[in-house]
Amino acid sequence: MTDDKVVGIDLGTTNSLVAYMGTGPTLAHPDAPGKGVFIIPGEDGVNLVPSVVALDAENHVLVGNAARTALLTSPERAVYSVKRLMGRGVEDVQEELKLFPFQLAEDLAPGEVLRIKLGGRTYTPPEISAQILRQLKRNAERFFGGAVKQAVITVPAYFNDAQRQATKDAGRIAGLEVLRLVNEPTAASLAYGLDRKQNGTIAVYDFGGGTFDVSILKLKDGIFEVVATNGDTHLGGDDIDNLLIAVAVDDIRGDLGVDVRRYPDAVQRLRSAMIEAKIALSSSEAADVEVELPEGKLYQRRITREMLEQMIAPIVERTLGPCRRALSDAGLTAQQVDEVVLVGGSTRIPLVRREVEALFARKPHTELNPDEVVALGAAVQANILAGGSDETKDMLLLDVTPLSLGIEALGGVTAKIIHRNSTIPASATEHFTTGVEGQVSVAIHVLQGERELAKDCRSLARFDLKGIPPMPAGLPRIEVRFLIDANGILHVSAREQRSGKEAEIQVQPSYGLTDEQVENMILDSFDNAEADLAERQLIESRNEAETILTALGKGRRNAAWKMLGFSEQRKVDELEQRLRLAMSGGDHHSIRRSIDELNQATTRLAELMMDAAVGSALHGKKMDETEMEDGPSAPHPIGKAEFS
Amino acid sequence: MSEQNAGLKTAPMQLQVIQERQLSQHQCWSCGDMRAEHFCAACGHMQPAEPTDFFSFFGLPRKLEVDEAALEKEFYQLSRKLHPDLYSRASAREQHWSLEKTSQLNDAFRTLKDPITRTEYLLNLEGIQLEEQSKVATEQARAFGVEKKQTVPAELLEEAFELNMMLEEAKAGGVDDDLRAQLVATRDSLTARLGRMQDELRAAWKKWDNGNRAAIDEMVDVLNRRSYLSNLVRDLQEVLS
Repeated sequence: MTDDKVVGIDLGTTNSLVAYMGTGPTLAHPDAPGKGVFIIPGEDGVNLVPSVVALDAENHVLVGNAARTALLTSPERAVYSVKRLMGRGVEDVQEELKLFPFQLAEDLAPGEVLRIKLGGRTYTPPEISAQILRQLKRNAERFFGGAVKQAVITVPAYFNDAQRQATKDAGRIAGLEVLRLVNEPTAASLAYGLDRKQNGTIAVYDFGGGTFDVSILKLKDGIFEVVATNGDTHLGGDDIDNLLIAVAVDDIRGDLGVDVRRYPDAVQRLRSAMIEAKIALSSSEAADVEVELPEGKLYQRRITREMLEQMIAPIVERTLGPCRRALSDAGLTAQQVDEVVLVGGSTRIPLVRREVEALFARKPHTELNPDEVVALGAAVQANILAGGSDETKDMLLLDVTPLSLGIEALGGVTAKIIHRNSTIPASATEHFTTGVEGQVSVAIHVLQGERELAKDCRSLARFDLKGIPPMPAGLPRIEVRFLIDANGILHVSAREQRSGKEAEIQVQPSYGLTDEQVENMILDSFDNAEADLAERQLIESRNEAETILTALGKGRRNAAWKMLGFSEQRKVDELEQRLRLAMSGGDHHSIRRSIDELNQATTRLAELMMDAAVGSALHGKKMDETEMEDGPSAPHPIGKAEFS
Repeated sequence: MSEQNAGLKTAPMQLQVIQERQLSQHQCWSCGDMRAEHFCAACGHMQPAEPTDFFSFFGLPRKLEVDEAALEKEFYQLSRKLHPDLYSRASAREQHWSLEKTSQLNDAFRTLKDPITRTEYLLNLEGIQLEEQSKVATEQARAFGVEKKQTVPAELLEEAFELNMMLEEAKAGGVDDDLRAQLVATRDSLTARLGRMQDELRAAWKKWDNGNRAAIDEMVDVLNRRSYLSNLVRDLQEVLS
């Protein structure tokens, strides 16, 4: 039943979330908001899961808040902002690495998928992201009380093919079937459009932790048609943080004579303090930074909003160029945009809001939480893919490819075959021939980007068309079809037309994992999804049983126990033994069943205990002075949860 | 059907191809009804993707005067029925057809909604290869160090010569106010001329739509001149911005 639940996931640079759009209350949570679209909180009750992965002392994987804490104490055993490394090569990330505490494997060749050192082995960015996805999957499974196997995952609109493929690989490694990759600004527009289905043109300005996107959409009778998108996959709150850290590092060197960079844990404390100050300055005019440094020194600084704005103005300015280009591609002026929507944590910065308002000459929408809106939109798209509901039955998303697709032509020039902002799925057919007599293969270099020369574009793949029958030069006619699917991912097929022979294609992704590598990672990953779920359910049910048994022990010592009849006491004893027996076995179903039975048999005991507690309260005793004082935090019915 | 195929027995390969065609074009794979196109008229199931030209995809004749608003409406309607979002839980082959058909739909709409790409596409269908005036061809020629073969339209010879002088000047010594004013004036007059070419093109469309094949040559001529002109405007714009 729960197996076909499709969740929406925002796999962010800084934080990740999982959301669901339901059609009714769930079995496990009859009172929970099962209807409508909502975020599924983590075990700690928090919606945001920090996109941080760390290893503890026993090499157990920590994800989220636990990992973020670990980052402060042992930064060399934690990885954050891994999204910035997805689908990229070692030559792309030199700048980033100067600021990150983690290290890459030393033996990386150019063009190879990155590998990050962590606790004695190395992980590719998709494997790290898979840990985050697995945590979100677990959160959803705990919420629904059953397996979750399918998801919609959001990506920055300006992600290229390799970055999208890497995200999809991460999903597969985490044991999720990725039904669709949805562009983040488009997802946000779905969340906004859900309750206000009106026609018009909207611009979504999405300034997140690591990436910036802007999308212009036309809304018409439930069709969300993206007309243009632009952005920068290396522009976000991280850049602001890094700037602030760099300024502080200089400051400290000058004032206190300490080179903080030599102390990774101090850098992380500084980073955390600067981020805190940045966030505080969105609502107050000044913030005080205080960081303990090595060598017994203390860094103290007051930062005003004005100072912050002066420092970050050039970064904010960089978002305006993509906005103008998107408008120009859409054939619109800023004034022709009816509504502007702000998405992403960085849009909380007052300067960002002012700049956007000035550019579009209207007040942007901020009604929905900018951290959550993308995940909510992903859940809406997940609902559509799962067959839709009354609320979504008229909704359809038509997205575009953000970057032009080209092939390298003679002289190292890019010949564009699918232009940017083409509605996807989109395809193009090209014909190739041979240059030499008897030539049996043709090399094709696929590119993505807007530049005229191949060397300036992103290399997507190189492949050889093999198996061409030997013919005089120029005679073979090879038809190659390029198809960009609804995820923005490229597929290639080819055939030699004169011989009618299907040409063999070997696509070597320039920055991607091969299918085989992904399969190995799935096998490799220590917790295979199925086994993992069963084991977790066993642990959780055992924990629950322990709690109940502890509560029962207290109940036996309570005066209320003696008020039960002999047969009732015997029944409870018997069920207790049965539960203990079930706990020693490995089947969580039988443990749960025994818990339920014991719960039922002890209902009257719990009621009697409650009456006694209320009675003593009436007699002037405080609740926690009764015998329930250190009552266990057990679920219904034994426990004081009902009172507090 | 069997009577039609009787004469083809000697060519079994071809026979198979023809049978497959007939089946997929006229018979619904799901219910067997014989009137199917994108969808079966009887049971509504989507039909397999077939190689087709963009006009046929929309059920349009190969004519150039197109009601663009009606085309857009049809595009949205077909999107609502063909899009992969609607088939994410369907069989693998239906998912595949949906992907193929939606990419055809998007490619067809993108090509036909614009008057210029529509005309170029029709000429292409009629076997006409337009001269390479594209920026790629220019860059390619540059990369090889050869002068690109370009036919300067006679009416533009003089202006093109003058403009190139101005552009050289701008590249060498920068753009002062005087030169800028000249460049802006030239750009505006060329842009106005681009607009007039649109009218010429429409006149040629009318002839084509009325069955006059001679219109092909006229359209090729207009498109070549237009392409040369818009390259000039683009170069100008680059210098100005």
